[in-house]
This record gives sequence, C-alpha cells and structure tokens, in this order.
Amino acid sequence: MELFSNLAMGFGVASSLANLAFCLIGVLLGTLIGVLPGIGATATIAMLLPITFQLEPVSSLIMLAGIYYGAQYGGSTTAILINMPGESSSAVTAIDGYQMARKGKAGTALATAAIGSFVAGTISTFLVAIFAPPLTTIALKFGAAEYFSLMVMGLVMAVALAHGSVLKALAMVVLGLLLGLVGTDIYTGAPRFTMGITQFADGLNFVAVAVGVFGIAEILRNLEDEHDRQVMTKNINRLFPTGAELRQMVGPVLRGTGIGSVLGILPGGGAILASFASYTVEKKLSDHPEEFGRGALAGVAGPESANNAGAQTSFIPLLTLGIPANPVMALMIGAMIIQGIVPGPNVVTDQPQLFWGIVASMWIGNLMLVVLNLPLIGLWVKLLTVPYYVLFPIIMAMCSIGVYSVNSNVYDLFAVAFFGLLGYVLVKLRFEPAPLLLGFVLGPLLEENLRRAMILSRGDPMTFVERPISLGLLVASALVLALVFLPQIRQRREEVFTESDA
Amino acid sequence: MPTKPRDNTDLLAGGLLMAGGAFFAWQAAGLEFGTSLRMGPGYFPMVLAGILFLLGLVIFVKGFGREGEPFGPISWRGIFFILPAPVFFGLTVRGLGFVPALFIATLIASRASVRMRPLPALILAISVTILATLVFSYGLGLPFRRFGPWLPL
Repeated sequence: MELFSNLAMGFGVASSLANLAFCLIGVLLGTLIGVLPGIGATATIAMLLPITFQLEPVSSLIMLAGIYYGAQYGGSTTAILINMPGESSSAVTAIDGYQMARKGKAGTALATAAIGSFVAGTISTFLVAIFAPPLTTIALKFGAAEYFSLMVMGLVMAVALAHGSVLKALAMVVLGLLLGLVGTDIYTGAPRFTMGITQFADGLNFVAVAVGVFGIAEILRNLEDEHDRQVMTKNINRLFPTGAELRQMVGPVLRGTGIGSVLGILPGGGAILASFASYTVEKKLSDHPEEFGRGALAGVAGPESANNAGAQTSFIPLLTLGIPANPVMALMIGAMIIQGIVPGPNVVTDQPQLFWGIVASMWIGNLMLVVLNLPLIGLWVKLLTVPYYVLFPIIMAMCSIGVYSVNSNVYDLFAVAFFGLLGYVLVKLRFEPAPLLLGFVLGPLLEENLRRAMILSRGDPMTFVERPISLGLLVASALVLALVFLPQIRQRREEVFTESDA
Repeated sequence: MPTKPRDNTDLLAGGLLMAGGAFFAWQAAGLEFGTSLRMGPGYFPMVLAGILFLLGLVIFVKGFGREGEPFGPISWRGIFFILPAPVFFGLTVRGLGFVPALFIATLIASRASVRMRPLPALILAISVTILATLVFSYGLGLPFRRFGPWLPL
C-alpha cells in the first residue's frame, strides 16, 4: 500500500525530535493565546507567524499547524468556561458547554471537547491522506482558466457561508481583491495603489492586514464595554467522563466528524457551518431534544468534532490546489510563500516529505492536545482569571513585534494601525472580515490567471465556458449565488446564523 | 425630525463602499487599461472598483425604508491609545532601538483601558519588554537593534 508507506515516511519526518518539539511548542503556544478571550485562531496564528520564520519549511508548517489546533482547542475552553467564544466556530460549543459548566460539569465538558476533537482529528487526518493525492493529479491538469473559475467558486462560497448580509459579504470580497492588488503589477512593473510609497511595492503585508482586521479590531471591540467575566473555576469536577457518558458520545462524535469533513473541504470556511449543522442534527436525532441549550453532552461532542474535522480537511484544498478554504489557510499560504514553497498540486510530487510530514504532524498535534492539555487545564483556567486590561497591552506588544519581524518594514506597522481601524469600522457597520482576507490573498492569483487565460485564448472570454472543468465550476458558483438570493433559502440562512449567534 | 425609517448603518456602509470604489477607480484611471486580450495593469482593478461602487450603491439605496439596529458604543479611548502603539513602535524601533520602543508602545497601549492604573501599567510594560527582549532578540535571534543610535549609549 502506497498510502501506508507514504504515511510512514510522514511520521518519520514528523517524529524527529526537533519536529516533535516544534509541534509541541506550537500546540502549547496556540492554546495559550487561543484561551485568551476574544482572540480567535486567525489572530493567534497571525501573531505567532513570525516565530516560525527562522525554521525550516517542514518544521515551520508543522509548528503553524500545531498553533492552529491549539488555538481552536483553547477557543473551546474559553467558550465552555466563560461563554465567550474566541472564534465563530466555537460559538456553538458555548451554548451547551457553558450550561454544563454552570451545572458543575465543566471538567466533563472540557474532556468531551478534547476527546471528540481527537477522534475527529484522527479520522479526518486519514481522509486527508487518502483524498489529497488523487485530487492533486486532477489539479495538475488545471490550466489558467480552471484556476480562475475555481477561485471564483471559492470566493462565492465564502460569500454564501459568511454571516449576515450577502451583499455586504460580496462587497468585502471585492474590497479584499482590490487591496490584494496593491503593489507592482507583475506583467508591466507598474506600481498600483501604492500612493507613491515604495515600501508598498511588494504589496501590502498580509500579516499586517490579518493582525489589523482580526486582532486589533477585536481588541477595540472588547474595549467598548469593559465588564467582569464570570469564570467557572470553582467547580472543575473530575475530568474523565464515565462509561455511560463515553457511550453517549460515540454517535455525536462520529456524525460530527462526517459532517465536518465534508463541509471543511468547501472553500469559504465551512467550519462554522459544520459545527452548527452538527448541532442541528444532534438536536433532531436526540431522544431528549429539550436538553439542548441546557447542557446536553451531545451538543458539545458533535459540534466540537465537526469543528475539528473541518479544520483538518480544510488543508485538502490548500495542499492540493493552493487555494485557501478559510482565513487561517490564507495565512498558511502566506507562510508557505515566505518559506519559498509555491502552494499547489506540485507540493505532493516535488516535496513528498513536506506534504506527508504535515499530514502526520496533524495527528501528532491532536494527540498532544489530549495528552497534555487535559492535565494542564488548571493552568489555562488560571489564565482566564487574568483581567483583560492586562492582556491586551501584551497582545499589542506581540502584534507590533510580529508584524515588524516579517520584513523589518516600518510601513507594515502603519498598515496594522490602518487596518485595525478599518476592521473596527467594518465590524461596526456589520461587515464580516473573513471574506475580505480571502479576497486579499486570492486577488493577485485571480488576476494573474485571468490575464493568462485571456492571452492563451487570444482574448476570447469563451475559454472559461468551453473547458468542461472550468464550466462546471462556474455553473456551480452561479448556482450557489442564485440559491443564496432565493427568498426561502435566504430566510433559512438568516435563521441558521441568528441561532448560532445566540 | 425624520419620519421615514432609515438604516443608518447601511447608509454609512454603502456610502463608504462607494467612496472606496471611487477611490480605487480614480487610482486605476491613471494605469494603462489595455484590451481584453492583453489586459493592462488597470483593467482588472477598474472592473473591481466598478463592482464595489455598484454594491455600495445598492446597499445605500436599500438602507432607506427600513429600520436599522442601533450603532452601539464606540471605543474612542481604544482608538486613541491602541492604534498609536504600533505606529509609535514603527517610528522609533530603528532610532531608539527595540527595547525602549517596545516599552513605550506597551505603555501607550495600556492607557486604552480605564481600569489600568499607572503603576501596574509601568510594571506590565517593564515585564513585557524584558520577556520579549529575551525571547525574540536573544532566544530567536531576530535581527533587532536593542538600543538605537538616538540614545547616548
């Protein structure tokens, strides 16, 4: 079996002492920052990105993946203990997790989240290993037209899966695309939108944009109204669930994994949808639907598994096509480019060590989370008692260092302040920032492939509909966009997001 | 007083998008447009700017005739103290050096909360500076000048 020999090679790479250490540091740091309320996985990774620059490509990506899982896990801890989800995907966990904590079952809720995540992580790691290689063979046949259409579909999905108004999400994508074009035009060398500032000739720094829009805007929002948080610290009971509770978990975890794995592949951030879909399914299937919202175990186990499975499988479009499925993957692309790796189908064939090493490290990272974080839970809980006004100056210091260390470009720090303000204004005007970041990353790629496709077809735009794969992708995007604007679907969509906000 | 319902958030959002679209279009107008076959650097941005402007217009128009949610509080104090922190760090990290720039930037940021007293803020800024210098400068070996040429050291 080629799969197993490949996986064995991956584990060989990932279990070298150095890489294990980087994975561990990544997981711990990710949890540490992820636990801090109001800081989600995206901002955490953006902040910690510079730490990985000095490492080798494999180690740096392993560490980043570790930070990602850690941040997600930390986010669920915060959601359960203080009902303050750092990331929208753990908002669903907060519903029943916090109720469990109030009933004195905080330990059980935390353990359920950890075990569910681990099982989901194990299964979906295998899914990545099985499905990624065949997908790359398809992806290798992609020309410029197919890439263009695929990215259009990704952006349309991002719009469809975003919170709130579709029009506003669409506007965010377009604004992101425009911001992504800042810098030197690749074909003619003409500077675009740089305002004559030569430091922006290479484009806006994506770390600066991500830290500003996700990190600083979030701090400003939290500072609007400073109030004390209620931490459920006193009553952390025994951690390990009883046999009966374990049996209760099996169904929700497996179903959540299935739902999450499928939705995670979808470009545009299926994780939030995955956790909500799983919650709805469990509520429908449950013998005691009235328990949901009052501390149902399945309401934690299902969404947490779905969330983590989606987080894993969202690596599939990244590793096979070089297209990010969500803002976190957009950051990973940036990290790969900084490391001199061109994300795309060639990664599997040209750098199998890198590819399989990352896949294997996903599983190792998940294992570390269970083994290390459950005993460390007391430490994370202590961290939650640190008041916010002590935390955010530290976060600001780390943001400044992090952004500056990417290129030692002073203008990146001015960009952070600008995008922090922009992000805050956008949040106040009820825009969703995730599509903006996706557009920002895809902007240059989209334009390049559009121009290349047009040159190849001698200026005939029919090339996008004459090629079957490209046509299929465009039809799919058009369908999704049409569906989102249909009145019934629109209403249903609003209901879904309103409920997940509650 | 206004009698017709308006969603002020959406009016502002739409207006902002239109302004953004107009700005990008104005900037792109100076770039070579090219043809569909050989698109110039201005082609794609101009199309996007047009779409952005149209989306803004639709959001703006739809803002009339319906009631919006209230805007909520605005953290002016946060804006005035959080945003200058990275800017100050950027302006002084080369001149003053990493250690003093980070110390003052952290101090500025800590003023954003009404709850932070001066003495704890000072202690916090000192500890953050020491730890960050140890980790990033000594530990990770990032190429920062710890004390810059502006200081008589």
